Amino acid sequence: MELTLAAWHFQLFPDQASTFAARVDALFFFLMGITAFFSILIAGLIVFFSFKYRRSVSPATKPRSEPMWLELTWTLIPLCISMVIFVWGASVFASAHYPPADAMDIYVVGKQWMWKAQHPQGRREINELHIPTGRPIRLIMTSQDVIHDFYIPAFRVKQDVLPGRYTSEWFEATEPGEYHLFCAQYCGTSHADMIGTVVVMEPSKYAAWLAGSPTGQSMLESGEALYRQFGCNACHGTKAPTLAGLFDSIRKLENGQTVRADESYLRESILAPRAKVAVGYQTIMPTYKGQLNEEQLAQIIEYIKSLRAFHLPEPEKKP
Amino acid sequence: MNASAQILPAAADSRPMPPSYLNDGYSVRSWLLTRDHKRIAILYMISITLFFFIGGAAAVLFRVHLLTPRGALFHPETYNKLFTIHGVIMVFFFLVPSIPAVMGNFLVPLMIGAKDLAFPRLNLASWYIYMAGGILTAYAAIAGGIDTGWTFYTPYSTMFSNTNVIAAAAGVFIAGFSSILTGLNFIVAIHKMRAPGLTWFRLPLFIWSMYATSVIMVLGTPVLAMTLTLLAIERIFRIGIFDPALGGDPLLFQHLFWFYSHPAVYIMILPSMGVVSEIIPCFARKRPFGYKFIALASVGIAMLSFLVWGHHMFVSGQSMYGGIVFSFLSFLVAIPSAIKVFNWTATLHKGSISLSTPMLYALGFIGLFTLGGLTGLFLAALGVNIHVTGTYFIVAHFHYIMVGGAVMGYLGAIHFWWPKMTGRIYPEFWGRISAAIIFIGFNLTFFPQFILGYLGMPRRYYAYPPEFQVLNVMSTAGASILGLGYLLPLIYLLWSLKYGTRAGTNYWHATGLEWTTQSPPETENFEATPEVVLEPYAYEHMEAADAN
Repeated sequence: MELTLAAWHFQLFPDQASTFAARVDALFFFLMGITAFFSILIAGLIVFFSFKYRRSVSPATKPRSEPMWLELTWTLIPLCISMVIFVWGASVFASAHYPPADAMDIYVVGKQWMWKAQHPQGRREINELHIPTGRPIRLIMTSQDVIHDFYIPAFRVKQDVLPGRYTSEWFEATEPGEYHLFCAQYCGTSHADMIGTVVVMEPSKYAAWLAGSPTGQSMLESGEALYRQFGCNACHGTKAPTLAGLFDSIRKLENGQTVRADESYLRESILAPRAKVAVGYQTIMPTYKGQLNEEQLAQIIEYIKSLRAFHLPEPEKKP
Repeated sequence: MNASAQILPAAADSRPMPPSYLNDGYSVRSWLLTRDHKRIAILYMISITLFFFIGGAAAVLFRVHLLTPRGALFHPETYNKLFTIHGVIMVFFFLVPSIPAVMGNFLVPLMIGAKDLAFPRLNLASWYIYMAGGILTAYAAIAGGIDTGWTFYTPYSTMFSNTNVIAAAAGVFIAGFSSILTGLNFIVAIHKMRAPGLTWFRLPLFIWSMYATSVIMVLGTPVLAMTLTLLAIERIFRIGIFDPALGGDPLLFQHLFWFYSHPAVYIMILPSMGVVSEIIPCFARKRPFGYKFIALASVGIAMLSFLVWGHHMFVSGQSMYGGIVFSFLSFLVAIPSAIKVFNWTATLHKGSISLSTPMLYALGFIGLFTLGGLTGLFLAALGVNIHVTGTYFIVAHFHYIMVGGAVMGYLGAIHFWWPKMTGRIYPEFWGRISAAIIFIGFNLTFFPQFILGYLGMPRRYYAYPPEFQVLNVMSTAGASILGLGYLLPLIYLLWSLKYGTRAGTNYWHATGLEWTTQSPPETENFEATPEVVLEPYAYEHMEAADAN
């Protein structure tokens, strides 16, 4: 049993290594101020009253009035302060949900007990995530088994990773270095070892790192190969909606609803084609559940996303 | 009456105790088949104390384990089982029943001037149901253990964990009915059995908080029962409810679970607020400032508590707009709590204050609850929540509420009503010493965890990076002090049962009907049904009468 204290590692405040971290910390310091003010106020009053009105010098007195303005004061002031915190917190939260349009997509798969990442250029890694500084990164994440959570304290970002769907988080790293990656949702026996390292690099070094890829095939190329292998083009464009220009468009569904064709929609439509059927088409597509693993799904989705540039007219047909 | 005479024990008294509920039969049968709410309260007190020390022992073990970064004692499976059993036992078998089942059972009939609760047999049945659930869960903990965490998140709990999930969930399911029936008993008694003259706004604030708590128990607990049933159905029959691989939705479980478990937080804290609202007026010799505000704040908290469950799920994948609405509502629920804190503090102003043990616990409660409540704002603030949720920050936050708040309140209640329950007084010196030890030990245990959490240490980790070690060692040191602090009252309270000084009818010179009958009370509570003619907490009136 090792009992030496790692005192040289001791720190009181986490590294601040993303653009988002500064925004979170600003609100955090405001909250610290509020907390310090009110806890010192309450504790100070308790100690002061307990001393000043101690029984030996302060006999009991007659009932005194309880002014309404006092109740209103300590109802309305906390209410106003909490509304400020609410709006501030919500605006930071909302910004975490809207990645910039030029964000680079990296696919992440969590499983008991490791993290797998796939870069667009094809390079894959386990329990590590290499990223460049100065570029917004969006992680598109799913789990193969239970719920996990992809947490990078130095970036102040955290998002549960669920089986059966995509969730995402985004960040822009500012400081090169190595940072902790933790699973922050309890996921079973080795939960505490579902950890890794986020390596933030200068863009040039990141490019060099990508070039060291052993496969040499980008996600898009792999996706195109899968697209041909599974014969997707046999139907899509004729009996089924064309995939060109599909991504990120608003789709009308058979049941009258509309949906944005994002990664989650594409994923669902491949695995459970009957869930959201485009208006005017029949439910003839078979499921590819069990035929594609999560990495391959991501590759096909990346390929379909690359077709967004082709704005072919949607075939007009009615059954 | 001289102030110090109230605190110093009167001359020792070896006369036999008067006839009371305690000496109304000594057989085991007279206890195990009793319908007397006071005896049932004692049965609960013994049982929850047992569970408290089981849950506490688990905590001590995993805190020792966390002394070193790679973990000093256990395999990961064992560590996971330890924190699960700590959470399950402490939440469902100690905190939820603590003040309601012990102090509520004992005090509700006495405070409203009734002979018993509305349904005495049902009350005894509640205790048996609680014990059945507790024994089943304890069995699950020993036979195989359970490693899901007290939150039972799916699909881990349904399809992946190979521990004794069903038995533990069944135990919690069963114990829930004890909660529901106790709540029902309180609600009916408070509505129908108040003494003549005891109008709603003459009720002690403890009764108001018990009423609010009971409403949550009756409305919330059935949802927990349904949720655990669905969990069992998926686990046993492989019917897809929560696991996406079977066509289920894992977030559905979280919505259902927190729909009960967030209000459950208020089942744990509202009773303590009620206790503090009794203790502070007595030791400041003043009517509580803003009586109606404190009373109605309890009701407000109970209602709002059902609307904020989604704040446990801000990073779960729930919709962003859902998160924003739940955040807004969570800030609203903070306001009634703030109102209470300000009113308690204002009650001290121009009071006549003595710092006896119950008052130390009450003031400690205010301080720790304030810090727990304010750190709740960090978690309700969406942007900061992303970073701190799932870390030691949240562990520290809810321990400030549940241990700093609920347990301090329970201990304050035990000390305040001990003379009434037993007819004897505990040693004041040791009472104050252990209150101080608990306060210091508590802060040393949990304050470093706020820093750990902001640094990013996730909860439920059996190993951690070395830079977190200093703070973990501090926390473990605090836990050992806290453990000692909890053992002391166990020793001196038991000691006082035989050697404590006689307390007399109204040891603290307090208002409230429970202080008008002898200590310990007779089985029927009152010789004649009392009639209430005064406003509540007429301390100033009482002092004036004494002066004449």
